[in-house]
Amino acid sequence: MHEFSSAFATAFRLIVAFDPTLVQIVGLSLRVSLTAVFLSALIGLPLGAAVAAFRFPGRRAVTLMLNTLMGLPPVVVGLIVYLILSRSGPLGVLGLLFTPTAMVAAQTVLIVPIVAALTRQTVEDLMVEYDDLLRVMGAGPVRTLFTLLSEARWTLLTTVLAGFGRASAEVGAVMIVGGNIEHVTRVMTTAIALETSKGDLPLALGLGIILMTLSLTVNLAAALVREAGRA
Amino acid sequence: MLRRNFLTRTLLGCAALAALFSAPVNGALAQERFIVVASTTSTEDSGLFKSILPKFTQKTGIEVRVVAKGTGQAIDLAKRGDADVLFVHHKPSEEKFVAEGFGVERKPVMYNDFVVVGPKADPAKVKGSKDVAASLKQIAESKASFVSRGDDSGTHKSELALWKTAGVDVAQASGGWYRSVGQGMGPTLNTAAAVGAYALADRGTWLSFKNRGDLEVLVEGDKRLFNQYGVMLVNPAKFQHIKAKDGQAFVDWLVSGEGQKAIADYTIGGQPLFFPNANEPGA
Repeated sequence: MHEFSSAFATAFRLIVAFDPTLVQIVGLSLRVSLTAVFLSALIGLPLGAAVAAFRFPGRRAVTLMLNTLMGLPPVVVGLIVYLILSRSGPLGVLGLLFTPTAMVAAQTVLIVPIVAALTRQTVEDLMVEYDDLLRVMGAGPVRTLFTLLSEARWTLLTTVLAGFGRASAEVGAVMIVGGNIEHVTRVMTTAIALETSKGDLPLALGLGIILMTLSLTVNLAAALVREAGRA
Repeated sequence: MLRRNFLTRTLLGCAALAALFSAPVNGALAQERFIVVASTTSTEDSGLFKSILPKFTQKTGIEVRVVAKGTGQAIDLAKRGDADVLFVHHKPSEEKFVAEGFGVERKPVMYNDFVVVGPKADPAKVKGSKDVAASLKQIAESKASFVSRGDDSGTHKSELALWKTAGVDVAQASGGWYRSVGQGMGPTLNTAAAVGAYALADRGTWLSFKNRGDLEVLVEGDKRLFNQYGVMLVNPAKFQHIKAKDGQAFVDWLVSGEGQKAIADYTIGGQPLFFPNANEPGA
């Protein structure tokens, strides 16, 4: 049990000291994961809503695929993005491997299916109510999507938070495409993995506590936005 | 429309937040001149790079970005052209890398040594032995647990070679007393500490490793436990984007008097971790 108390002490000490290396790692974690979440929302929300709202051939197959892809293993995503961005890969000329951009790309691939699949289910449930109304209004496809997405916005906020949770907690993908390079691509999860492999378990656990605190802050901010929006 | 505004606002908010975080971080990272070095976990985890790289960067203005993997993985990375310099520890693989045209010229840099660590109780009674082959044979005969890296790293390859010398077929014992965990040095030691097993570790990682539990060094000092490191530039003729000049500058610095001194100066608790030997013929 000594490890746990020492982990809390370590976490507390790091936060109070405002350790510059830690600040940089936290900043990069937030930057990478929030950017990935933003891009995933941009792609996943309209995609999920479109699959729910429009009839097209292969729709059930697409739904099944989105649901399946929610379970993409981060390591596999990392490996695929790595092979694409490697100098010997199709996009190697861009020189993006071992940069934060590569990490954003990997996390986006990882969470687009989560955002899209959950959005699809939410919007499909809404369609029961709104289908007739939208038809009577004669709404075009863009208008339809906007109406549905904004009606479901509070549920979708949770969807986006689920995406953020997955992005900020995964280590497999960013480890492979980022390389865990100090001051360049080291984020919270890869730092935790590194300290674990050095056998510094209290420090690793302390970083874990800080990561959870960050996650709590983001979710708290979202809850406040929701409260303000509903009032 | 109110609702559309809400959606736009949310998206803009997210973008602003992302931008906010990207600005300062980008600023802090903006070092234009850098090379990527594919190296091993032993050099990174032991703290060697943290100690010597600032000296090189200060002198040349070249930032060194280290990607630390097992030797096998590091070589694979370099073969794809994803690193400018390769700095690993398995001479046969390094020479093959150069012979296949992926590397320019391998230079010996330093050595450290492997140690056999195990539980204080020492069920195989190998403590104090200077004969690693005999010790391994005893461990196998007593069927005491042994945790192997199993990750195609330099340490793993050396371990397999030592088992061969000892005349033990570990492939057959795998899953029984021989446990191949397929992980880096640190996680392997974590496992060995947790189950009270023997393991082969490089001394550098062992000295800086904090979660030792009941483990201690039992076998050391056998010549066959020496572990040579080599460095080489990835062939710019093979990959156009390789930063040949800056990469070669790093290689040359490591084997120069200055670089060799920086390596010798790195100690933990007064114990040196790596011994420079760039001038030793045939190393």
